[in-house]
Amino acid sequence: MLVWLILIGLLVFLVLNPILRLIVSSLQQADTGRFTLENYRAAYGNIRHLQALLNSLELGVGVALLASCFAVPLAWAISRTDMPGKPFIRLMVFAAFVTPPYLGAIGWILLAGPNSGWLNKAWLALTGADHGIFNIYSMAGLILVVAVTSFPYTFVFTSSALDLVSSEMEDAANILGSRTLRTTLRVTLPLVTPAIIGGIIISFLEAIALFGAPALIALPARFNVVSTQLWQFFEYPVRIEEAAAYSIPLLAITVLMFWLQRRILGRRGYASVSGKGGERRMIALGPWRWVMFGYALLVCALSVFLPMIVLLQAAFAKAWGRGFSLDNLTLHNFYYLLVEQTQAKQTILNTFVYAGVTAVAAVSLSLAIAYVVSRKLVPWSNVLGFLCIAPFVIPGIVLAIGFYAAYASPPLALYGTATILILGFTTRFLPIAYTSSAAGLRSINPEMEEAVRILGGSRFLAIRRVLIPLLKKSLAGAWILVFIPATRELSSAIFLVGPNTRVISVMLFDLSEEGNFEVLAALGVILLIATIVIAAIGSKLIGRDFMLRRNT
Amino acid sequence: MSRLTLTGISKRYADFAAVDNIDLELQSGEFVSLLGPSGCGKTTTLRMIAGFVDPTSGTIEVDGELLSSPKGSIPPDRRQMSMIFQSYAVWPNMTVEQNVAFGLELRKLGKSEIKRRVGEMLEIVHMSHLADRYPSELSGGQQQRVSLARAIVIRPSILLLDEPLSNLDAALREEMRFEIRRLHDEFHITTVYVTHDQAEAMVTSDRIAVMNHGRIEQIDDPRTLYDRPKTRFVAGFIGRTNFIEGDNDGHRISFDGFALPCAAFDGILSSQRKTVFSVRPHSMWLSETQPTTPGICPPVEVLVLERAFLGEHWDYVVKPRAGATTLRVATSPVNDIAVGASAWLQLEPHQMALIG
Repeated sequence: MLVWLILIGLLVFLVLNPILRLIVSSLQQADTGRFTLENYRAAYGNIRHLQALLNSLELGVGVALLASCFAVPLAWAISRTDMPGKPFIRLMVFAAFVTPPYLGAIGWILLAGPNSGWLNKAWLALTGADHGIFNIYSMAGLILVVAVTSFPYTFVFTSSALDLVSSEMEDAANILGSRTLRTTLRVTLPLVTPAIIGGIIISFLEAIALFGAPALIALPARFNVVSTQLWQFFEYPVRIEEAAAYSIPLLAITVLMFWLQRRILGRRGYASVSGKGGERRMIALGPWRWVMFGYALLVCALSVFLPMIVLLQAAFAKAWGRGFSLDNLTLHNFYYLLVEQTQAKQTILNTFVYAGVTAVAAVSLSLAIAYVVSRKLVPWSNVLGFLCIAPFVIPGIVLAIGFYAAYASPPLALYGTATILILGFTTRFLPIAYTSSAAGLRSINPEMEEAVRILGGSRFLAIRRVLIPLLKKSLAGAWILVFIPATRELSSAIFLVGPNTRVISVMLFDLSEEGNFEVLAALGVILLIATIVIAAIGSKLIGRDFMLRRNT
Repeated sequence: MSRLTLTGISKRYADFAAVDNIDLELQSGEFVSLLGPSGCGKTTTLRMIAGFVDPTSGTIEVDGELLSSPKGSIPPDRRQMSMIFQSYAVWPNMTVEQNVAFGLELRKLGKSEIKRRVGEMLEIVHMSHLADRYPSELSGGQQQRVSLARAIVIRPSILLLDEPLSNLDAALREEMRFEIRRLHDEFHITTVYVTHDQAEAMVTSDRIAVMNHGRIEQIDDPRTLYDRPKTRFVAGFIGRTNFIEGDNDGHRISFDGFALPCAAFDGILSSQRKTVFSVRPHSMWLSETQPTTPGICPPVEVLVLERAFLGEHWDYVVKPRAGATTLRVATSPVNDIAVGASAWLQLEPHQMALIG
């Protein structure tokens, strides 16, 4: 019972209280604390605020649709056909997945900035026109930028569903007289429609919760989305109650959509009826496989090649606009970040320390809870599990506002401390840690422990000598799965950092406001290299693709 | 209804021959099973007939029209065949009715015609009341019926079945065997049935082709296959049997511990000295006392080594008093002889199959 009390106490502190405080403060008068609906009136009584809400919806729908245009054909080609270069394309999808959206946005600013962007310069040089044709500072630009970084979600959903479809399903249509195209449209794709819809919902939610890319692109383009509008509530004077009220629809939409997704994915149990004999053969596309490959390369170019090339160029350039010449090459940007500027060094250190501590905290807590839940050690243990995955449906920005409302001011007065960042991150990534620890735990037969107990060992001994060693790999995987997103988390960090607790993502954001793209790109490269190293260790340890697996 | 002809069909993967030079001819409306252990090439043969796999050599023809040859093959969707898969492959995103109608829609039939034929077909497989259900709401046996209906409703030229019952439980399997035969008797579609279960093959088939290592060892009707196996493999694969080796000197065949006169075998013997026979446990008679009316062959005195009571019969292991070879004998459940006792075993030459 004591264990239960400690665990539930921690979860209430991390998950329940911030959300309750968010809702409560949205209904409170700022100074007196009396009940009022004034905050809602202020938040929605303004036409600009309503416009931002509509913009967010437009962004979400646009991203969801464009991302599935990228993801579904790619997933089909990789999972079901003999398209060439599959491992390479898979790797590029993974690269798109680990690229933080705000870095992609910076890459695209360098590519398609109104006049100076590379694509526009190329266009001017080719046609002799007097102004460029691309303008990234637009809703269309924003949709493109977010879609190229979030299409891996739809890809993962679709391809893992396609991997479960046995070839016999297609053979059955074939032998009745149906050709490849018809079979794909009538049988294969309908079979995975629930998964595609699931992917669409996730990329929609991802897009409306995003802060970095919209702030970099929508603000210069002079329009707001919900996340950037929320940020403006935090400009002096901070209007936390209004922000809380304004964030409620974002929370409501997210909860609703997740519920919808669960229902759709749960319906009819599509994949489960495939039975045995699930042999899978690839569809021979003939010459069309080169067409598919070309399309896949185009998607990779938009999402990885082009933005990465210009980011790398900028990172090693004295001035990125001077182009790819030898006398423009320099290592000074890295020297500046890693040696010269003490604040930058501190920021980089902060980032990895916070992410590391967050990952340890999230994995330990979730392992303890997963253990208690799976062994049913206490009554209502399922409540614990539910609270662990609840943050999944809370957009990072909303969670941050909740944390701010709950812990920034006295009695705890955590604002500006490392503690509030780490606590916020821990809550944010608790669901990731919980799903992997619970999955790891499920794979271990309780008899392993019972064998220790019957020989006279205590439960603690069983955990220490049998369970933990068996779970080593799963736990390392869970740690990495939390560590990587924690190093780049922006949307909750931006609300919780203080002057001494800055992290890389926030610094990148500040640098972009200064227009210092060379140093920014160098910092982005450092972040990406760290990510790649950690991810490579992860794949070596736990197996290829461990990050692209679907475990929601 | 069509005639199917396989001539010299082989399928090689690198240096391994999955199917090795098979000749097979099915008459119009005939039901033939390909029976064999896993890895014998039966499924590969079926998939070549369907057009999912191209042969490395040989040809497949239907009614004289060339479908497959190493030079090129007509794709599965233009063969006018149907297939029933091991996993049923009933599309979970369509209702029972939509599943069955799919093939008819591809044949551009009118809406009312499709509805009528689907209705009739569902009636035949006893699934009318479940027409609007989704496959995940059906039991395995019901899904199997949908898959049968979907395959038969288009009146295919050839019907192919790939271990269709292997995912069902034992009772349902027995029921579906007869169901498949009943549907065949109703529609007379030329059918190739792949299975590793001899009982399934014997219930359903007109003829059974026993396959091993990519070759057809023997093809015959079930009765002949059982009574007159031509090879050791066939005798061992279909039912249980004893192999006994004898030495033929032209007058008598000497086995280990007993001998039988050549005259009793009415001419089935060849001139070679070494002979091997397959004798089914049910084709010998065991009695506790010496038979008073001797048959064609003298009874052999044997010692009972082991026995087991299986309800429907006794299983005895015996050996001739004068030899070392053990034989399995099945007797009626009332024939109760103790272990260690002597008994008399009577062999019937015309129940013994010469396999080499």
